[in-house]
Amino acid sequence: MTKQRGPVFAGLLIALILLAFLVIPVVQVIYVAFQDPASGALTLVNFSDFFRSSLFQESFFNSFYVAAMSVVVATIIALPLAYFTSRFNFAGAAIIQTLGFIPLIMPPFVGAVAMLLLFGENGSVNLLLDEHLGFTIPFMEGLNGVIFVQSIHYFPFILINLSAALNNVDRSMEESAQNLGASGMRLFRRIVFPLAMPGYVAGAALVFLKVFDDLGTPLLLNVNTMLAPQAYLRISSIGISDPMGYVISVILVVFSLFALWTSMLALKGKDYSTLQKGGGGMLKRELRGGQKIAAYALILLILLLVLSPHIGLTLLSFGTVWSYSPLPDAYTLDHYRMVFGSAREYITNTLLYAGLAASFDVILATAIAYIVYRTGMKGRKWLDYIATASLAVPGVVLGIGYLRTYNDFNVPFLDKPMASWWVIIVVALTIRRLPYALRACVAALQQVSVMLEEAAQNLGATRSRTLWRVVVPLMSGGMIAGFVTSFATASVELSATIMLVSQESDAPLAFGIYEFMQSASGRGAGAALGMIAVVIVGLGTYFSHRVIERSHKLRTAERQIAEEVT
Amino acid sequence: MSSESVGISIRNLGLAFGDNEVLRDISLDIAPGEFFAFLGPSGSGKSTLLRAVAGFGPRPSGQILIGGEDVVDLPPWKRNLGMVFQSYALWPHMTVRKNIAFGLEERRLPAAEIRRRVDEALELVGMTAFAGRRPSQLSGGQQQRVAIARTIVVEPKVLLLDEPLSNLDANLRIQMRRDIRALQQRLQLTTIFVTHDQEEANTTSDRMAVLNDGYLQQVGTPMELYDNPSNLFVARFLGTANILPGSIVEEDGRKVFVSDSGVTFPLDIEGEGQRSIVFRPQNASIHCGRVEADDAHIDLPGVIVHTEFLGSIVRYGVKVGNETLLLDLPHIQGEGLIAEGTEVTVLVARERILALAG
Repeated sequence: MTKQRGPVFAGLLIALILLAFLVIPVVQVIYVAFQDPASGALTLVNFSDFFRSSLFQESFFNSFYVAAMSVVVATIIALPLAYFTSRFNFAGAAIIQTLGFIPLIMPPFVGAVAMLLLFGENGSVNLLLDEHLGFTIPFMEGLNGVIFVQSIHYFPFILINLSAALNNVDRSMEESAQNLGASGMRLFRRIVFPLAMPGYVAGAALVFLKVFDDLGTPLLLNVNTMLAPQAYLRISSIGISDPMGYVISVILVVFSLFALWTSMLALKGKDYSTLQKGGGGMLKRELRGGQKIAAYALILLILLLVLSPHIGLTLLSFGTVWSYSPLPDAYTLDHYRMVFGSAREYITNTLLYAGLAASFDVILATAIAYIVYRTGMKGRKWLDYIATASLAVPGVVLGIGYLRTYNDFNVPFLDKPMASWWVIIVVALTIRRLPYALRACVAALQQVSVMLEEAAQNLGATRSRTLWRVVVPLMSGGMIAGFVTSFATASVELSATIMLVSQESDAPLAFGIYEFMQSASGRGAGAALGMIAVVIVGLGTYFSHRVIERSHKLRTAERQIAEEVT
Repeated sequence: MSSESVGISIRNLGLAFGDNEVLRDISLDIAPGEFFAFLGPSGSGKSTLLRAVAGFGPRPSGQILIGGEDVVDLPPWKRNLGMVFQSYALWPHMTVRKNIAFGLEERRLPAAEIRRRVDEALELVGMTAFAGRRPSQLSGGQQQRVAIARTIVVEPKVLLLDEPLSNLDANLRIQMRRDIRALQQRLQLTTIFVTHDQEEANTTSDRMAVLNDGYLQQVGTPMELYDNPSNLFVARFLGTANILPGSIVEEDGRKVFVSDSGVTFPLDIEGEGQRSIVFRPQNASIHCGRVEADDAHIDLPGVIVHTEFLGSIVRYGVKVGNETLLLDLPHIQGEGLIAEGTEVTVLVARERILALAG
């Protein structure tokens, strides 16, 4: 190995950034949770206070219940869809696959209010049910509402993982069972489902994690007796010295870690991907006439349900007054005029913040990927681990950590605390989205054969020249995909942002939506902002998908050539 | 394990994936207790044919009679045919014991009997010590044994083996093919063995069928097929063959073979037109200089163009006209090589040459 001054320098810089903006703030939060507020001594008194308070007991139970029930409901939605796509040849499979992008395109809190208007006690559906059938269903009552909104948004995590797992089951696994006399449901229960189980658990754990940590949805649905809202409310109303916010943060982190660990364990220990050379995924069957109709009806129903937040949001953004009626009274463009006029700052701020954050993410991610997979630097794996660990840090926790760590740190020349400078929002977004960009870049780098680099070095290119002329161009597809994913998801981030926005003029889109949605009169404008967010994220998702697809095609072509040569 | 051996008859079997016909009008009979190989290059349809027998893939036209019963319309799980998959298809979430017990459990047998029969099967393949392991903890050869045990424990009517040795290394392959053959003999189980490796087919099977491009080419014992291929494909596919393309013409009232490169000799066979002379490298002798053949032989004048010393034999390339023929002579200690460039005459006994169409 030649001397690697460049990578070592970059590695140290990255380590420093991760330390300052991820490790120290989180450790700080944990430390404060164990600190006596008065004396500063280490103690467990905060935790015993927490578990003695009936409000926190209830919040803890509610968070757990909502997360678990969301997994159950999401499973009920995802299981039949995964089964249909992996078992049958039919056109609906393409529609189902598109569903996978729903949670990316619109975070649940954006549609939450619209769901209230559609499914709430006096929402469209219940008004119609009451009028025609004489009963109502409490979809949105209290915790039900959170469960309903969350499971509709996050079921695709289960769908994607479960479908992938089902498609990775080699058909000979199934055929050998048939050959030995098994068929139908028994075959599914004894062979197919156990083999797909790790994929399911991985998806389910992710859903649990997302719901358990989510702040925006319960806040907007006005359900405050859950952990994340409690942490936010304590810090924002009582102040950053109140220990309860920190105790809740520790609990959130512990559960997040546990969920992530479960998900990783499920996928790691049992690599059941049994696809063989020359084999194929599961046997696909044709649907018969009646089955086809039933399958399409089911898919249509689920599709309608999944799109209802979007439908509701669209109606809300164009509607004048919408209350106690199935549809808005009249339609108008006023809300859009308003958001493009006085509320334009939200949009420009978002583009700036998300753009910066995504750029930093791609730079960091490329560097980390290269250091981890192409150099022999000591401790390089830790860069990967720490950057990925930010997945387990809920936005609320990171926000509290920044407030605590950087409130007393004045930015030179500006003379104000770093914690209330807009740049801290960009930093938070960068750290929060880094794992996504990192995975995209690692995947891209792993597809670049080391031999291609060795060939360049053999022809006289130095390490850095090789990086610029061979590695980065070949990785560009993954880097762009990483940028777009980071950008799109950063532009609708709420939970860390909501804690770090110190003045209205610094606020991004997600914060604006939250502000508007608070009051009945602002809902229209909030929905219009929400629509803009959906468009930004939708376009982003579409382009990253295109980029991935294109580079994938390129790569398949390369591989074909390689195979023909050998 | 004592079930009556059954025979298999395939009648006019055709099969297509959409518009792509992969099996065309195949008819063959397999005797009870016979070890039968389907041999062919990849894409020949041999695996598709085996899978059709097992009940996988699209529904074929024609009949598959097993013990006299047409099974074409039976689903795989009602056929009671044991199949060993190329990838073994051991379920990774079950132990070796659970894998083997699966088929018996599906047949709802009492737990005690399942236990006894699984133990027997483990014993039979020598895997008793590994009953508690997971498939991922076994070597390739051990997985193979488990896959076989899992299949025969249900006492299938027929044993179907889909390229069972292709995932093993060379030494193990020879050991396993002996073991499989011995097991088959012991159980007297009618067996179909799919392979693209002629040596495997030769060493294991009683008879074999050669397939190409979805057509059945020839059926017979390995030796019959090697010595008397019915067409050029079979001749080429089974070992090395010297092929002299040409035609049969009548000259002065008697039949003469004229090769495309101008070699001529009398050949008394039926019919006229395009024919290729075919013989194996070891079925000829080489003589230095020009030698006239007697009535029992044909003589082909040529020049040695290359020599390959292979140990037990020496392979000579002899250029005859435009064709280079390969000839194998046994190597006997002390004998040297014939130098390249030497003019020679190749003599082939008439009874060892074939004149095949094309």
